[in-house]
Amino acid sequence: MGAPLLEAANLQLRFGAVRALDGVDVEIFPGEVVAIVGESGSGKSTLLRVLAGAMEPDAGRVLYRDAAGEAHDVQALSEAGRRRLMRSDWGFVHQNARDGLRMGISAGGNIGERLMAAGDRNYAHIRAEAADWMGRVEMNPERIDEPPKNFSGGMQQRLQIARCLVTNPRLVFMDEPTGGLDVSVQARLLDLIRGLVAQLGLAVFFVTHDIGAARLLAHRIVVMRHGRIVEEGLADRVLDDPRHAYTQLLVSSVLAA
Amino acid sequence: MNAALEVQALNKGFTLHLQGGIGFQVLRGEALTVMPGECVALTGPSGAGKSTLMRCLQGNYGADAGRIMVAHRGGLADLAAADARLVREIRRETLGYVSQFLRVIPRVSARDVVAEPLIDRGMDPEAAREHATTLLTRLNLPPRLHGLPPATFSGGEQQRVNLARGFAPDYPILLLDEPTASLDAGNREVVIGLIHEAKARGAALVGIFHDIEVRDRVADRLHEILPVEDAA
Repeated sequence: MGAPLLEAANLQLRFGAVRALDGVDVEIFPGEVVAIVGESGSGKSTLLRVLAGAMEPDAGRVLYRDAAGEAHDVQALSEAGRRRLMRSDWGFVHQNARDGLRMGISAGGNIGERLMAAGDRNYAHIRAEAADWMGRVEMNPERIDEPPKNFSGGMQQRLQIARCLVTNPRLVFMDEPTGGLDVSVQARLLDLIRGLVAQLGLAVFFVTHDIGAARLLAHRIVVMRHGRIVEEGLADRVLDDPRHAYTQLLVSSVLAA
Repeated sequence: MNAALEVQALNKGFTLHLQGGIGFQVLRGEALTVMPGECVALTGPSGAGKSTLMRCLQGNYGADAGRIMVAHRGGLADLAAADARLVREIRRETLGYVSQFLRVIPRVSARDVVAEPLIDRGMDPEAAREHATTLLTRLNLPPRLHGLPPATFSGGEQQRVNLARGFAPDYPILLLDEPTASLDAGNREVVIGLIHEAKARGAALVGIFHDIEVRDRVADRLHEILPVEDAA
């Protein structure tokens, strides 16, 4: 059924005495949504950063296959090469919108900047695309000239998502995309992400400690603990028929609404 | 004629690590063959493992041993050994499931809940919504509810949305877990009609029916699940 879009083998990373990644193998296929779940300190955010090439492992390798089928060793890419990939093929949604947005320029500028970085030079087109994307993430396009600080946390997160998706990436990394938001805002944002991901056929790696978010969005779930993957598989199976003691603990700790 | 579904020597147990690691076996050496056009009703005492078998057949529970052979894409696929992507492909194209309870997705309307599996199979979204409306209407869901998310619907209304979603694509295999549990007599008749039509087009069905009358009208055969004797 085709080759993986991204595959990582035997990733190792130590922070002093702590094994943040201890022999991690993981892969993602086109159109697949993979949730990486675990508690704080499990290594899940570190894994995401290593997969996206933002952090270097002590050992192991991450391969990305581009649209032409050519495989790239992510760690061996030059900084410029990685930035190019980030512009053309990938997107990254940070937990804190401030880390993914430029706070000094307008909402429209934040979206348009990604398009310009990808080579678009037609101002009218860029502005129209930015307005269109504000609508798609359910923001009011009339506020296109306002700076991010004028928007609520949930709206800033929408803006970050629009900025990320405007260039049509094939693979998106999301680090706790709904973390730190009010519960009602989280639900709407998850819903929005679910719709966009299905519409665009995106491959998404997302890190979360929210089991409900994993159930709603993910096709497959990877459970991490102490830098290792303890269980991995079909999302509803991992949640309804967990095998590992730690997964059973995670699943049983969720309050049923 | 080849079987649509063939379960061979299926074992399924659970180990509860949070309860001191106690383990129990639910299914041992389970075997079941279902032909196209046939409806098999699972029977047996409560707790014997009917629902566990259904969940294994859907891929929701992982099998410990044995095979679950499914006629898929002109060949045979072993659902018990399939990876996540193959299970999703089998669910999209071959194997439908009507559970007892609808898992409600926030903000998605009843019509879109029903249309979704059709769109996933490549149907034009407008045609899919039209088909969804037809089925919801047939199941007597008031039109004013079609555009609303089912979160606030009654149990019976949610069940009908669930049924419409399961029957919307013409799956070659359909699993039915108490499909008429919370329905009135009129809607029960509609479901019996849907089951007969599915059989007539060659679908293989496996169901749990507590309603004996419904069971006897749709099932060609009963398959009894008995509790596994504790080997300890």
